[in-house]
Amino acid sequence: MPENKNLNNKSKMIGKQSLLFNSPPYIIGASSITGKKEGEGPLGHLFDAVIEDPLIGKETWEEAESEFMKQAAEKAIQKAGLTNKDIRYLLAGDLLGQLIATSFGIAELNIPFFGLFGACSTIGEAMSIGSILIDGGFADKVLAITSSHFAGAEKQFRYPLDYGNQRPYSASWTVTGSGAVVLSKNNSNDGGAIRVKGITTGKIVDFGIKDPMNMGAAMAPAACDTIKSHMEDFGLEAQHYDKIITGDLGYVGSDILIDLLKEHNIDISSNHMDCGKEIFDQESQDTHAGGSGCACSAVTFTGYVLKQLQEGTWKRVLFLPTGSLHSKVSYNEGNTMPGIAHAVIVEAE
Amino acid sequence: MEYVKAFLVGGAICALVQILLDCTKLMPGRVMVILVCTGVFLGALGIYEPFAEWAGAGAGVPLTGFGNVLFKGVKDAIDKEGFLGIFKGGFTASAVGISSALIFSYIASWFFNPKMKS
Amino acid sequence: MGNDKNVDVSKVVREKDTKTRNENYNQYVNQITPKNSLPKNMIGAFLVGGIICTIGQFFTNYYMSMGADKEAAKSYNTITLVFLSILLTGIGIYQKIAKFGGAGTLVPITGFANSVAAPAVEYKKEGHVFGIGVNIFTIAGPVILYGIFSSWVLGLIYYILKQLDVM
Repeated sequence: MPENKNLNNKSKMIGKQSLLFNSPPYIIGASSITGKKEGEGPLGHLFDAVIEDPLIGKETWEEAESEFMKQAAEKAIQKAGLTNKDIRYLLAGDLLGQLIATSFGIAELNIPFFGLFGACSTIGEAMSIGSILIDGGFADKVLAITSSHFAGAEKQFRYPLDYGNQRPYSASWTVTGSGAVVLSKNNSNDGGAIRVKGITTGKIVDFGIKDPMNMGAAMAPAACDTIKSHMEDFGLEAQHYDKIITGDLGYVGSDILIDLLKEHNIDISSNHMDCGKEIFDQESQDTHAGGSGCACSAVTFTGYVLKQLQEGTWKRVLFLPTGSLHSKVSYNEGNTMPGIAHAVIVEAE
Repeated sequence: MEYVKAFLVGGAICALVQILLDCTKLMPGRVMVILVCTGVFLGALGIYEPFAEWAGAGAGVPLTGFGNVLFKGVKDAIDKEGFLGIFKGGFTASAVGISSALIFSYIASWFFNPKMKS
Repeated sequence: MGNDKNVDVSKVVREKDTKTRNENYNQYVNQITPKNSLPKNMIGAFLVGGIICTIGQFFTNYYMSMGADKEAAKSYNTITLVFLSILLTGIGIYQKIAKFGGAGTLVPITGFANSVAAPAVEYKKEGHVFGIGVNIFTIAGPVILYGIFSSWVLGLIYYILKQLDVM
C-alpha cells in the first residue's frame, strides 16, 4: 500500500459546523438550462440555454425535468473541457419523490453517483460534499447538479395544473431548469480561478411555520442560523462578503432574514441578495414572492453569480441555498415545515 | 328579476366564501366540503329549500345547493321507501352532478393535456 | 385571527421557550406577509360567481321553456354547466377565470367539475386505472364522501323522528 504522503494533515474543521479547505477546489465549469419563463426574466440572457417547450420533447413533466438535468450535466462537463469519464463522482438531487428526475436524468452519463435530498438547498449540499471529497483526496473532479420543474412540483406538492385556484402573495414560483457545477482539484481554466474556500453546513431549524404557501418564512430562520454560525465559526463580519446570496427566500423570507439577523447584530441589508428575487420580475411576471425550487439557486449561481465573480464585479460571496424539508404527507399530518440552509464560500482569485 | 336575484345571491355567497379563503388559509378542498355540509344541514333544518325557491339558480348552482339536493334526496327516499331510503337517497339525488362530472372529465382526459402555466 | 398585538422580532429571537417562540414567530410572519387585497378578491368572486349563477338561471329557464318540469330543468342545467366547465378546463380557460374569480369559480358546481377534470387530465400519463381512476377524486372525493355522510346522518335522524311520529 502506498504511504499517505499528505503531510499537511492539519484539521480543516472550523468552529462548530464549518470547514476551511486546505486546497480549495476550483469551479472549472458550470451550466444553466432553464424554461421559457425563466428565460423571459431579468437573468434570461445569462443562461446557457432557454428551452421554450416545457416538456422539452418528452412525454411527462418528470421525464422533462430529467432531460433538463441531463442537458445541464452535459453542458457543464463540456464547458469544463472534460468528458464523462473524467468525473469521479456525481452528486445530485431534485424535488420529486425518491429523486426520480435525477435517477432517470443522469443514468446514461455512467458516472458514480450519490443521490442527495436537501429540497431547494440541494445545490449547496452537493457543492459542500463535492468540495469535501476533493479536498479530502477522494476525488479529483466532481459534478454537482440539481433540477426542478414548475409543473412537476405543482403536481406533486400542490394541485393539478388545470385546477383553478388563486395563489396568495407569499407563494413562490418553482423554477423550471437545471444548474450544474464542475468542481476540480486543479484549475484548468486559463483565466482567473474561482474556488470553494470553505463551507458551513446547516442544521434543521424549525420555527413552527405550517403554511406551504409561505416557504420563505419557513426557511428564513434556517438561513439566519447558518449565517450566524458561519460568522461565529470564522470570526467574520457580514461586510467581509461582497454578497451574501440566499437561495429562494423570496420577498417575504428575505425581509424576515434581515430582521432576524439584525437581532443578532448582523446587518446584511446592504449586501444581501436572494436568487428567488433575482430570477423573475415580480411585477411583470406575476411570480408573487419570487422563484423557488432546486433550480432557482442553481441556475442563478451558475448563470449570474459565477459571471460576476469571473468579471471581477465581486471578489468573495457566501452562497447559501435554502430548503424547506416538508412533504405533502407531513403537511396533511399537521406537521411544521423545517428549513435548512447550506453555506458555501466562493472566492475569485 | 330572477336573473338579478340569481346574480346577486350567487355573487354574494361567493364573495362570503372568498373571505373564508383569504382569511383562514383553508385549502379550497376543505372549503368545498364545508359548503356541501352546510347545504345538507340547512336543507335538513328546512331553511335552504324556501331560500332556493326564492333565489333560483343563485342558491341552486353553488355547492350549498348541491348539499341541499343531497338531503332532499335522502328525505324523499325515506318518505317513499322507509329505512332503505337513508342509504339510497343521497346518491340518487347527486347522481346527475357526479356522473356528468366523471363522464365528461374522463372523456376530456382523452383529448386534453395538462398545460404549463406562464 | 384578530390578534392585533404587535409582535416584535426580538420576541422571536430572545424567546427561550420553543413553543412560545414559534407562536411569536407565526404572529410576526403574519404581520409582515403582504396579503392579496380582500375587497378586490371579493369583487372578483361576486362578479364571476354571480355571472355563473345567472348563466345557470338562463339554462334552467331555457330547459323549462323547452317543456321540462322544474326539477328536470335543474338537472339539465347541472349537466350543461358541468360540461361547459370541463370543456373550459380542457382548453385552459377555467384556470384563467379562477385566477380572477377565486371563490366565484370554486363555489358553483362548475368548481366541482373543474376539480374532477383537472386531475383526470393531469394524471392520464400514469395510466387509465392508477392514474386517472385513482386520482380523479383527489380533490372532489371529500366533497362526495362528506356530502353523502352528512346527509345520511341527518337522514337517519329524520327517519327516527318520523318513526316516533315527531315529524
